[in-house]
Amino acid sequence: MQDLHHPIVELQDVKRIYTLGTNRIYALNGVSISIEKGDFVTIMGSSGSGKSTLLNMIGCLDLPTSGKVKVNNVDLSRLDDDGLTAIRRNNIGFIFQQFNLIPTLTAIENVEIPMIFNGASPAKRRKKAIEMLKKADLPLEFAEHKPNEMSGGQQQRVAIARALANEPPILLADEPTGNLDTRTGQNIMKLLKELNSSGTTVIVVTHDPKLEEYSHTTIRIQDGEVVE
Amino acid sequence: MKLTEKVPAFLRNNMYAELAKRNLKRQSVRTILAAIGIIIGVIAISSMGILGNSLKLSVTDSFADIGDKLIVSPAPGEDYVTDRQVDQINKVGNIESVIPVIADGEMIEHRKDGIDILLYVSVYDIEKDDLEKLVELEEGRYFKPGSTDCVVGSSVAENLEITPGQKIEIDDTKLRVVGILKERGLGFDINTDSGVFTSSEMYEKLYPDEDEGYDQVIVIVEDIEEIDKVVDEIEERINKKDELVTVFATNSITESLDDVFSSISLFLMGIGSISLLVAGVSILNVMLMSTMERTKEIGIMKAVGASRKDILKMFLLEALFLGVIASTAGAILTIGGSYLVMVLVVKNTSYLLTLSSMFYVMEGFFFGIATSLVGGMYPAWKASRMKPLDALRYE
Repeated sequence: MQDLHHPIVELQDVKRIYTLGTNRIYALNGVSISIEKGDFVTIMGSSGSGKSTLLNMIGCLDLPTSGKVKVNNVDLSRLDDDGLTAIRRNNIGFIFQQFNLIPTLTAIENVEIPMIFNGASPAKRRKKAIEMLKKADLPLEFAEHKPNEMSGGQQQRVAIARALANEPPILLADEPTGNLDTRTGQNIMKLLKELNSSGTTVIVVTHDPKLEEYSHTTIRIQDGEVVE
Repeated sequence: MKLTEKVPAFLRNNMYAELAKRNLKRQSVRTILAAIGIIIGVIAISSMGILGNSLKLSVTDSFADIGDKLIVSPAPGEDYVTDRQVDQINKVGNIESVIPVIADGEMIEHRKDGIDILLYVSVYDIEKDDLEKLVELEEGRYFKPGSTDCVVGSSVAENLEITPGQKIEIDDTKLRVVGILKERGLGFDINTDSGVFTSSEMYEKLYPDEDEGYDQVIVIVEDIEEIDKVVDEIEERINKKDELVTVFATNSITESLDDVFSSISLFLMGIGSISLLVAGVSILNVMLMSTMERTKEIGIMKAVGASRKDILKMFLLEALFLGVIASTAGAILTIGGSYLVMVLVVKNTSYLLTLSSMFYVMEGFFFGIATSLVGGMYPAWKASRMKPLDALRYE
């Protein structure tokens, strides 16, 4: 039985310590946050503040040295590599600053990739990929283009469509506008806002204060600790 | 669905296959170089195998019908196989026939194109009925018992330019040739091709002093599987006290020939497999390079939900594709190349199209595929174990 009122992301006293030679670096030093379903959260912080480490924790890409991370009420500390992969696959859509599309695949194939790992049939995943590209506002004439034949904004739209492919409850964006001009960046943020209003939890990690205006909640992080 | 429809459908619908194909194309020069390694390896292994096999076939072919015969000859120090010993052999089971042979060598003079030539022949005293079990007639007929007629082997007839009806002279005695035998090739029992066969009466007339016994006894066994038993039984009956006869199973020759040529084939293929080993290392190298280059892609794949197994599958499929394509090319080139060599050099392609030669081609083919899979295994394993976070950070 699932508790209907659990937060979608929950961190309890999370520490992440890197050891560099004899130095111990506290990337996260006792972070406790909880993010509710349907929220639009901005995690703000300058570089080196620990915000990327926090993003990796939420994205099931890294595990804490101590403390507890729960995504969709699943405790990550008990999972192995493939277990974490499964959580990612079903719960989290990643949007990266560098877009990170697979260069050998066309736009539509890039969107199909997460569905392949989820075992969807070829016909079904093609249909869904088109639907997602529409949702991400990519003109469909670009569907058969390779990433290097598209503009940054178009690539980010493909990446968003890919993130949406398995219909995850959480979209996790790492500096999504960082490689885009202001106008395109605004459009991408508007798109994320739209997706949020249709029920998806959106978490944006950034150092850009301008992105704050799109979110409901802001979490500021500094020197590995939440300051606000 | 038939396999012929299934495979293309798999390639169409399977994104792993599609990815593997495109990744191989992405570094086409490197892929081709790696493939050439495998192609050379496959060609080396299978052509060395075919070479060994053809050698074996050409040698064993030159030995006439051997296998079901035993040769019983006097042991060193003994002059003859005696009548009593022949009787003892007759008592052994599993024997189809026992053929006592008396023989002597003779030089025949012949004048050909104004030059005198000397021809060595073996003169045999073998019963007419027994002779029919050992040889076949090319033309004419067999001699009648008691007559002064004879039949001669093919090379005797050829060298002396004899046709049935003519006479040959041995020790001032003239024998009428009534039949000429078919060419049989090298044997272990009697020298058919250079033989002169006549009746016992005539033989006695030619060599009146020889009546002590037989020079050898040819034993034809009923069942070749029982040949070792027959040998043992003959040895037991005759050689119980003293070593009086030597029993020689002709199939032991083919067996040891088989052994020799298997070793030669294995040795040659061993040389060939070195090149495949080198090819395997180059596959390993190529795949390892592309794993490094694609580190970030692997990270992305893992971030969007690829499990270790998915990544492993992708890279192994790539190695498999490379292996199958290169091995197929290697196999085709081997068959084509060997055919050309055999047409141009040996002028006989029959050895190539045997089952055993094709076996070596298949062996090369599968070794080629296995090599690329083995070479691809470590890089694929390495890729699958990459931590998504480290992989994503990789630039």
